[in-house]
Amino acid sequence: MSLKGRHYPDSTMQFMLLFSRQGKLRLQKWYVPLSDKEKKKITRELVQTVLAHKLKMCSFLEWRDLKIVYKRYASLYFCCAIEDQDNELITIEIIHRYVELLSKYFGSVCELDIIFNFEKAYFILDEFLLGGEVQETSKKNVLKAIEQCDLLQEEAETPRSVLEEIGLT
Amino acid sequence: MQQIQDQAPPSMVKDSRMVEADEEKLIKKELAALKEQVSTPTTSLKQMRECLVRLIYCEMLGYEASFGYIHAIKLAQQGSLMEKRVGYLAVSLFLNESHELLLLLVNTVLKDLQSTNLLEVCMALTVASQLFPPDMIPAVLPLVEEKLQHSKEIIRRKAVLALYKFYLLAPNQVQHIHDKFRKALCDRDPGVMAASLHIYLLLIKENPGGYKDLTSSFVTILKQVVGGKLAVDFNYHSVPAPWLQIQLLRILRLLGKDDQITSELMYDILDESLRRAEINHNITYAILFECIQTVYTIHPKVDLLEKAAKCNGKFILSPKNNLKYLGLKALSYVIQQDMNLVLQHQMTIIECLDHPDPIIKRETLELLYRITNAQNVAVIVQKMLDYLRQSKDEYITISLVGKVAELAEKYAPTNEWFIQTMNAVFSVGGDMIPADIPNNFLRLLAEGFDDEVEDKQLRLYAVNSYLALLEKNNIHYPQRFLQVMSWVLGEYSYLKTEAKAEDIIQSLHYLLGKCSASLETKAWIFSAITKLFRLTLNVKVLPEVLQNYGNSMDSCLRQCSFELKQLVEDKEIMNTVLPLDESCNDIVVDASLSFLDGFVADALGHGAAPYKPHHQRQEERLSQEKVLNFEPYGLSFATSPQISSVTGRQSPTGLSFNSEISCNSTEAGLKDSDSLKLDGVKKVWGKEGYLRKKKESKEETVASPNSESDVTADFTSTAEKTAGLSAEEQEKKLLASSLFVGLGSNNLVSLMGKNQSTTQKFRRKSKIVEGQNSYERTMSTQKAIAPPLAQIPNLMDNVLESCNPFQESKAMLLRKTASDSAEVPTEEPAQESDEAWNSSNNLKTIRAVPSASKESISGLFADGNFDIVQPGNCNSALVAHEPNSSLSPGLPVEFAEHSHSKFELVCANENIALFSCKVWKEDCLLIVLFFTNRSSIEVTNATVNFALTDELQACESTDFPFPLVESLATVKCQLCLQMMKPCARVLLTGHVTYHLETSQQTQEEFALALFLTDFIRPLKLTTEEFGHLWLSLSNDVKQNLSFTSDSPEALTVALRTLQQELKLHIVDIIGAEGIVACQLLPSTSCLLHCRFHAGILSVWLRSGCCVLPDCLLYECQKVIQKL
Repeated sequence: MSLKGRHYPDSTMQFMLLFSRQGKLRLQKWYVPLSDKEKKKITRELVQTVLAHKLKMCSFLEWRDLKIVYKRYASLYFCCAIEDQDNELITIEIIHRYVELLSKYFGSVCELDIIFNFEKAYFILDEFLLGGEVQETSKKNVLKAIEQCDLLQEEAETPRSVLEEIGLT
Repeated sequence: MQQIQDQAPPSMVKDSRMVEADEEKLIKKELAALKEQVSTPTTSLKQMRECLVRLIYCEMLGYEASFGYIHAIKLAQQGSLMEKRVGYLAVSLFLNESHELLLLLVNTVLKDLQSTNLLEVCMALTVASQLFPPDMIPAVLPLVEEKLQHSKEIIRRKAVLALYKFYLLAPNQVQHIHDKFRKALCDRDPGVMAASLHIYLLLIKENPGGYKDLTSSFVTILKQVVGGKLAVDFNYHSVPAPWLQIQLLRILRLLGKDDQITSELMYDILDESLRRAEINHNITYAILFECIQTVYTIHPKVDLLEKAAKCNGKFILSPKNNLKYLGLKALSYVIQQDMNLVLQHQMTIIECLDHPDPIIKRETLELLYRITNAQNVAVIVQKMLDYLRQSKDEYITISLVGKVAELAEKYAPTNEWFIQTMNAVFSVGGDMIPADIPNNFLRLLAEGFDDEVEDKQLRLYAVNSYLALLEKNNIHYPQRFLQVMSWVLGEYSYLKTEAKAEDIIQSLHYLLGKCSASLETKAWIFSAITKLFRLTLNVKVLPEVLQNYGNSMDSCLRQCSFELKQLVEDKEIMNTVLPLDESCNDIVVDASLSFLDGFVADALGHGAAPYKPHHQRQEERLSQEKVLNFEPYGLSFATSPQISSVTGRQSPTGLSFNSEISCNSTEAGLKDSDSLKLDGVKKVWGKEGYLRKKKESKEETVASPNSESDVTADFTSTAEKTAGLSAEEQEKKLLASSLFVGLGSNNLVSLMGKNQSTTQKFRRKSKIVEGQNSYERTMSTQKAIAPPLAQIPNLMDNVLESCNPFQESKAMLLRKTASDSAEVPTEEPAQESDEAWNSSNNLKTIRAVPSASKESISGLFADGNFDIVQPGNCNSALVAHEPNSSLSPGLPVEFAEHSHSKFELVCANENIALFSCKVWKEDCLLIVLFFTNRSSIEVTNATVNFALTDELQACESTDFPFPLVESLATVKCQLCLQMMKPCARVLLTGHVTYHLETSQQTQEEFALALFLTDFIRPLKLTTEEFGHLWLSLSNDVKQNLSFTSDSPEALTVALRTLQQELKLHIVDIIGAEGIVACQLLPSTSCLLHCRFHAGILSVWLRSGCCVLPDCLLYECQKVIQKL
């Protein structure tokens, strides 16, 4: 089965998966349209392959007709699928930049941060990568965008919860 | 938010650490609760948000939560900011581009795009660039476009990316915004500019020529980035905006490819980039990797190449596996331009071959594959096979097996090696092997090469090796390998004279009995056994075979054994059905089943109802259900008008659709299974040898015969340096010398624009290969070397004076014209006029005519080699005769305006020659025949007589007398023809008689192939007229043609091609349907209805004549296949 969709240029990332050392999926982002069944199959296969990969080897894997680039941070594996002719090193750095963004946002990120706030992790990812392409490379700009949202959200939230507490709703 | 953190996921997380079964139970319970909650109308939006977060979590764990999808959309629609945010997120995670629920999202996106709240606009743009139904793009496009002028850079950036995404989905709709992209490129915000580069990379990839003017802008941007002019914020590990740099380098690569002037603009900045990237960090290597590729792609500059090569060395020599891998990857890219780099790193490459990391090993093999030549092929193939034996991965196996087969075919040093390598390929590849490998291999064996003796040896060797393999007991061979073996044994066992056929039959029979063979393989084996029975009279085994399989549960085997029985009984039929060594000859299948016509006529005569196609019956039934039938029933169908046409029906040769009857008839069925199945085989071999794809790769790999010394020199130098190393090292060096042999330092390949090509071991016999592609090639060759129209007789004449036997003279003529074409001054104007027809007329000069016309062409181009024979002689002779124009037949002016074919020599001897030309007039096919007297004396009482068959009708007499034709004069006659009974191809035969002064009357026969398409003319109708006519026609045929393209324009493209190739008239195109009309001269109309859906073109033809739809469908099929 080829994952290459005809809409998608060579440089686009195909998907990104985050999973724990136990093989539990923590985050998944698909940039190519696939059915749920395919997604599950790919995830299962890939988690196994990556976990079985020896530490000393390359961070790159040949998998089907794609290249898998992965990096392990503590107990979490960050894993991206790119096209064969793409640049694997820059993909590793994309992963790293994402981890930097998460760290900055959560303040030294750990697996639990991502478990409890996985929607935040998604928001950050969406500000950084859009449709598989790097959207914004400035760390400051990405976080600014997220914080703006958070801020407004809190503003909107606070009065309402007060009202709720009083029992006016 | 607090709530979610405290309540929802933690409980799940904690529990997720429990055993799987518990987790499942828990999540299922949770899902049930969620399902209930989301469907309760009182659930507040805030609660809904929480539910959705939980649902996302459940989906991530692999549980289905599709009941929540609609609520995600609702939340995005109704919620306030933070609910909307979660709603959009859930939608983008739950749904994919083609999900139908997305339509419900369009309105929300539209509303949010118009919102005054920045964040809402941002969310809408984000979701639009992640997933959007392509057909809804026009709805939001103007709004997104508007955002390009927005004051906030984040909005502009997201709008650019959304447009990029739209461009990927539906390029046509975004076409008009190209100017605005330029604005984005010049945006003051670097983020917006960077976003626009995604679009430019794509645009430039599609059309590098259209954006050359932007080169200096890209160079300037890169200069500023590299020079650190961007805000520090864009730095990544103190490298300025690496992503931006990489994107720019990729763009420059595309722009500078094969373009010296553009390339010169970027030399400076590339030099600078190479220099700046010094810091030892991944990110600099990532940039360097792109830089090296760019330097080696654009027009070469020596010192840049040297620097890039040095950088590449840093990668390869790095102890870090990641870098080493990337270095190898860059190297296999770079050696396409410069082989020498491989020599520099040969020892490293040898080490990488045994690297513990499979991906490095694999990349090394990839590299070796690209440097393979005739000298090192054995070692490299061995390494690849070694790798294959260890690898279990299906994708890798398929790709490597293909490469090994390709290299083996291309560079095999000996027959033995070739067969053994292919045996290894088949065993290692197992059942994963793609079908084209065995097919190509068998085809290669069957078609053979230029040398008969060599062919025999190769086949014999294959037979021997398979017999040896089959003798080994208890070895399981993959199915495809068994199929190959049995085919070869069946076909070529006769070459092995010392073996008894019955022994081979025995071992095949044994194989057949094994349960490991699949049904398909069994059919192959059985057909091999059947073929072997033609070699032997000893039928001792026969009863056993028949007994075993005559009652087989499998109907195919049962049929095979039945056929075998019949064939063994009648040797004569056996020899016609299964001739020796004729596997590549084409089999003509009479798919129109004309041999049944007698039977059908009899049946009709006895009152049987004529056959009606299924859909016609259905329609009739439907119409009958609605209205009462007031008409009395007919007494008998015997007078039905259709009968007469059925009985005389002609079979269009080679109709490609099968009917049940023809499949079941013993003969056709057998032939089918026996012939090589070549349909769907990728076409790799053409008339001139290997076709495109391989040619390219051939150019990459280069061998120079005299470069060995260089290598050795190289080695002595390295050997001196590392003198006194261990035996292991020595071994490696030996390996290196065998691997890198033939890659010399003077082998700069395309870098200097010089390509050397190696001689290929297995060069196919040049022959006309059946199939559209090769046919076109033939046509184009013919075009290129065809002598100017007016000159054919002239040239002919000249050549004929020197060499008489006709057969030879044809070849001579062509050889001569081919070799002299550059020197003949009149060539050019003729070609121009040739082109003029092409452009002025939509009935192009010669269309690709059905395979039948191959006869004439293959006769002319039989050997495909146009050697120079007596060039001096011919040339002078030609010049001497040039002024004599009386010999040149030219089309009379009144016909020249119609489209017409080229002149074709139909018949010639030492004294006379006949040329024909088809003129496609509106009301008839006009055959213009030129009679040339090429002798030095008068020809008297010449008569040309055409013998017309039933299918054709002439307007006037078919005899053309010429009382006197002077020496070296040409006279002409013309015949108007119409086709009375449709058939794919008909031969127009005739003879010419004449007297030379005193001699006896001489008679020459000739034949001209005419095709259905010669008689097809457009039928100009309006849509209404079409509708009326459609209902009045009764004979119809429906067929689905698969169509490779899936673009929206596919239907139009298909119809236009049909219009052009078959001279049909497009009446109307409505959406995915098109109606087309044509008529067969004199006046049989045929209507086509085409519907395009999901890659399938359903064609429905109707005509008053019952055979015409069949025939025309066949023509359409051929045209569509070519697309």
